[in-house]
Amino acid sequence: MAIFDIFLLEAVLNGVLLGGILALLALGLNLIFGVIDVVWICYAELIMIGMYAIYYLHVSYAWPLWLAFPCAILLVAMRGVLLHQFVIKPVLAAEPINQLLVTGGVLFFLQGVATLAFGVEFKSLGVNLPPLALGDMQFSSARLVAFGAALACMIGMYLFLTRTYLGTAIRAISQDRAIMPLMGVNPNRIFLITSALGGGLAGLAACLLVLQYDIHPAIGLSFGPITFLVCVLGGLGNMIGGFIAAFIFAQFISVGGFFLHLEWGYVIAFLFFIGFMFWRPRGLLGGKG
Amino acid sequence: MMRGLPLIGLAALVLLPLTGMGNYPLHLVIMCLLWAYVYTSWAVMGRLGMTSFGHGAFMSIGAYVVVMGWNHFGLSPWITTPIALVLTAVTALLIGYPCFRLKIVGHYFALVTLALSEIARMIIVALRDQTGGSLGATPNTALADSAWSLVALQFSSKITWFYIVLVVWLAGLWIWTRVDRSMARLALEAISHEEDAAASIGIGVTRLKLGVTLISALMTCIGGVLYAQYQLYINPESVSGIGVSLQMVFGAITGGMFVRLGPTVGAVFTLLLAEGLRLVFGHDIHGLDSTIYGVLLVFFIVFLPKGILGSAIEIRKRRERAEQRAAAA
Repeated sequence: MAIFDIFLLEAVLNGVLLGGILALLALGLNLIFGVIDVVWICYAELIMIGMYAIYYLHVSYAWPLWLAFPCAILLVAMRGVLLHQFVIKPVLAAEPINQLLVTGGVLFFLQGVATLAFGVEFKSLGVNLPPLALGDMQFSSARLVAFGAALACMIGMYLFLTRTYLGTAIRAISQDRAIMPLMGVNPNRIFLITSALGGGLAGLAACLLVLQYDIHPAIGLSFGPITFLVCVLGGLGNMIGGFIAAFIFAQFISVGGFFLHLEWGYVIAFLFFIGFMFWRPRGLLGGKG
Repeated sequence: MMRGLPLIGLAALVLLPLTGMGNYPLHLVIMCLLWAYVYTSWAVMGRLGMTSFGHGAFMSIGAYVVVMGWNHFGLSPWITTPIALVLTAVTALLIGYPCFRLKIVGHYFALVTLALSEIARMIIVALRDQTGGSLGATPNTALADSAWSLVALQFSSKITWFYIVLVVWLAGLWIWTRVDRSMARLALEAISHEEDAAASIGIGVTRLKLGVTLISALMTCIGGVLYAQYQLYINPESVSGIGVSLQMVFGAITGGMFVRLGPTVGAVFTLLLAEGLRLVFGHDIHGLDSTIYGVLLVFFIVFLPKGILGSAIEIRKRRERAEQRAAAA
């Protein structure tokens, strides 16, 4: 069997690591959608802002990474709150598609600001984690760290949503938005907290991605679409579905890219996505329509 | 007086190139009209509640089929354009039919079609040996020893291009109007408000939606052909993928997708914004236009959901009604 060789195994395992990152990216977006019923089209651009923040704190101001990372997470969480308060809230009552489109305006804005302030050049953090060798196989340790962080985050989010009062309130409001105000929950407060959490997750994703990729103003466009598709495949707003979908997508990309080209991996993954949507229009695990 | 205004405007537009304006202003006018046509094509279906993020795919089919056919097989765009149209129709049906049958609407429809435009971009990049990948492609020139070639659909004169694009733009407006005045439009508006209720009174939801999608997709494909032949350079980012798809959506929304000239106003507005800022601040400042554009988009969607022209028409109508009431009293 020439096909099942060690490099294929390497591709599969790298796919698992990639799946961890995609799962983390999808988690924040799913949280926002599940609770507020809004798709942040500019989600990947929030991550880009976080990456720039880390870059400047670390390279220009020489802050150590352990200090720059939390600051970036806080910054992006604040962005999330601002985004909700000033952009989403005024259109909450409007047609649902307007809420998606208005964040598209934010996408252009953030891209423009980043180009204006930081220029179009690629910027690299200059931190290179050594690759990890396991037998003949090589793994990027940045991906391994990201995978671990994503898993930890997912477990933390699960515990938060099921074990705390606030988490229960968030879950309740995602189930029935109309009735919760009657139960004494202030929806706007919950929305702001959720936006902060979603932003914080975007910030965390920024910390993990900045270790692997060079930063440029259009970087959001390269992993934004796949994040949306992972969420839709899992069932928008369904966090467990998104988690599973992330690993399915990552396998298509990694193994498809192994046999053909990396782009073909993406093409196959996207075709699979469209085919799957026709089989189960509500995504893997149903979810809200 | 008001009724004659469009005719005067059109006459002025037809005579515009004869004023001896420079090549650069003429180029801007052509780009305005070309994008106005593409945004109008998008609005044909976009205004009826089908927010497609996949029109980049249709545009890239037009652009790439024509250029690849010419470069690799020596086929004239007159032969390859019908092929591109057939391909576009097949693609639109393949994505549209299941979507409409399974009632994939709203966010889901937007995101499924987003996958389509990304697939188109990835395929173009993946076939880099044929398409040139991200570096883009240029149709082999047929203008080496003559100023124009009808077979290759290449013209060195911008004035020729102006009239071609003008005719296509007018045709686009005509199709928009035909769709607007058809029974199908009323039915589709009912569908976009309440799909199940519309189906219950005997509206063939899937068939109607597919029809409008086909019209919109085929028009966009022609836009791609013209873009490639006029610019004589295409790359995956400029005709496919999420970037250009978003550009179409927001261009139409900015001008107002519910009125005939709305997408045109959107195209003129966005182009003038970018060019105006470039004139004022010079070439060195990148990103200022998209910063301002982004802020304006948020502003429009929050405060002027009907777009620039849509809101202007509404305000004028309201004022006229108030005047009539005052005159009657």
